[in-house]
Amino acid sequence: MPTETIAGHTVEIDSDGFMTDAAAWNKEIATELAKRSGLQLTDKHWQVIEYCRKDAQEKGEAPGVRRITQNAGVSMREMYQLFPKGPGKLAALISGLAKPKGCI
Amino acid sequence: MSEETPRKVAIICSKGTLDMAYPGLIMANAARLIGIDCMLFFTFWGLDIINKNKMDKLQVATVGNPSMGMPTFLGGIPGMGAMATSMMKKEMEKIEIPTVREMIEILDASGADLYACKMAMDMFKLTTDDLVPEVKEVLTATDFWEKAEGAQVVFV
Repeated sequence: MPTETIAGHTVEIDSDGFMTDAAAWNKEIATELAKRSGLQLTDKHWQVIEYCRKDAQEKGEAPGVRRITQNAGVSMREMYQLFPKGPGKLAALISGLAKPKGCI
Repeated sequence: MSEETPRKVAIICSKGTLDMAYPGLIMANAARLIGIDCMLFFTFWGLDIINKNKMDKLQVATVGNPSMGMPTFLGGIPGMGAMATSMMKKEMEKIEIPTVREMIEILDASGADLYACKMAMDMFKLTTDDLVPEVKEVLTATDFWEKAEGAQVVFV
C-alpha cells in the first residue's frame, strides 16, 4: 500500500486516496483531507464525521449517505451543502474510512 | 475529482413498472452522490414514477419478462403481479432500498432536476396537480435536449 504524509502524519492510503487504517486517523488529518477537497470543516461536518466513525466501528464499513441522514441529525439537503462535490465518498474519505460500498 | 467541465448525466425514464423505475432513480442518485450533475426526464409510462397517485403502487411486470423465470401463462394469473411486487418490495426493504416516493425526495434534496414530458402529460391528460411537487418543470422533448447539452444520456 502506498503511504502519504498528511498533516505531518504518514499514513497508508489505497489507490482511491482512502485511508486503509481508520485507527491512524486524527482530526488534523481530517482537516487536511477536507482542505484538499476544498472544504473548511464546520461543526456540522464534525457531527457527520463523528457519526461515520462511530457507525463504521460498529458495522465494519462506512455508512451510506441515507444512513447518515437517518441517524446523524443532518438532512439530505444539508449533506449536499456540506459536501457540494458529492457526499457519497467525501464523508468517508475525510473520516479516514474505506470507500463506502453502498449506493444509496 | 476536480475535472474542469463538471460531469453531467441526463436520465430518461420511460417505463412505469417497479423494476424499471428503480434503475433510473438509483443511477441518478449514485451520480449525485459523487457530485455528477443530474437531470431526469419522465415520459410515457415513466410519468407514473412522479405521479403522486400512482408512484406508491408501481407493479413488477410478471408477463413478458423472461428474467422472472415464470412462464407467461402463469404470470398472467390474477394476483401474480401483486404477489411478485410484494416479494420484491420485501427484498428491497431488507437491504434498505428507499421507496420510490423517498427516492424522489432524496433526488430532489440532492439537487437533481426532475422534468416531466409535456407530450406524454397531454396524452395521459395529466396536469401538474397530478405530479409530485419535486418536479421542477413540464418540458417538451426539445427543451429537454437543450437543457441536457453536454450530458451523458441514459435511456431507461
